[in-house]
Amino acid sequence: MELAIGIILGCCALGAGMAMIAGIGPGIGEGNAVAKACEAIGRQPESKGAVTTTMLMGCAVAETTGLYALVIAILLIFVAPNILVDILVETISKL
Amino acid sequence: MNTKSLRFKIVDAFYIAMMILPIVFGIVLQVLTDPASEGITITGAKIFFEIPMPLQNFLITEAQVNSVIALTVIFFFCLFITHGLSEKIELKRQHFAEMIVEKVDGLVNENMGSYFSAYSPFIIAIMALSAVSSLLSLFGLFPPTSDINIVAGWAILVFILITYYKMKCGPIHYLKSFTEPVAFLTPLNVISEVATPISMAFRHYGNVLSGSVISALLCSALAGLSASLLSWLPGFLADMPILQVGIPAVLSIYLDVFSGLLQAFIFAMLTMLYIAGGFPAEEYEKRKARKRVEYKN
Repeated sequence: MELAIGIILGCCALGAGMAMIAGIGPGIGEGNAVAKACEAIGRQPESKGAVTTTMLMGCAVAETTGLYALVIAILLIFVAPNILVDILVETISKL
Repeated sequence: MNTKSLRFKIVDAFYIAMMILPIVFGIVLQVLTDPASEGITITGAKIFFEIPMPLQNFLITEAQVNSVIALTVIFFFCLFITHGLSEKIELKRQHFAEMIVEKVDGLVNENMGSYFSAYSPFIIAIMALSAVSSLLSLFGLFPPTSDINIVAGWAILVFILITYYKMKCGPIHYLKSFTEPVAFLTPLNVISEVATPISMAFRHYGNVLSGSVISALLCSALAGLSASLLSWLPGFLADMPILQVGIPAVLSIYLDVFSGLLQAFIFAMLTMLYIAGGFPAEEYEKRKARKRVEYKN
């Protein structure tokens, strides 16, 4: 019983950690976006306001995939273990 | 209206009080219902009470109460800045009110076109509600936008508007738009249609929630750090988490203020782009012209 609960908790933590690998993608993407925005401002300093606004919009949209992973990780850490342990206890009590 | 009269000043004071009192009420409620806890706890919205309903119990949660607080604050703020409007400007706040209206009208006209110019009140309402809801975390209250139910409600509202404007040319044209550009892409088009409200809700909720999670983790880390670094100090100084003073506030400028305001702007911006993008303007014009010809005949 303790072993089973331990496996559940450990796997939930591992899964949360693995889900956050998805943070790499938005990191690279936003880095590219900011780099290009810096280049654009360097070329045309007068268009700084418009470039910054567009860049922030794009960054926020690119962040979405990372946030999906974050939501999954938070669910795995805070919600999933309780539900899974409840299911386990129920199944064992039925046997 | 005489802006110097006593009556005017009393009404002003009433509006200001009604802006501050809901927040005080929220803090008092938080203090009364929140038991003192050890360490960090990251929980969802607290449930105050349940109203029995036939299908499912209706829950009154902290998120709903706090969003009503945000609504009240915005309502009385609007009453305050529009109090004593006149053709010849007498009060400084009128400049502020006019600036807000002009900026939002400009933004909506720029992004949605003149057909949607009546949308500026809706856009500023959603922007203000989102911004004030996120900024409530500065007072230590639970920000309603870090509850998925609140944000999903807004996203569903926007989704209904998008679908309404896509259906402007009739349901047949709407259904046909799913089979473009090729017929076998229909399932993908349906999925991307459904993904719009989900991604809008998750983007806003995830950003605010990640901010509060990171602040809570940082606070506990600083408490542990100061406990291990300063344990040699005599007396009560050893137990005091001195490092917790000030440092989280710097991070809070980014996580609470900047992120909250940026998400409000982005939510409003995406609302505008999706609604204006879903409207088949050319087809609608053609249809209108055809109908006009039929009507004349």
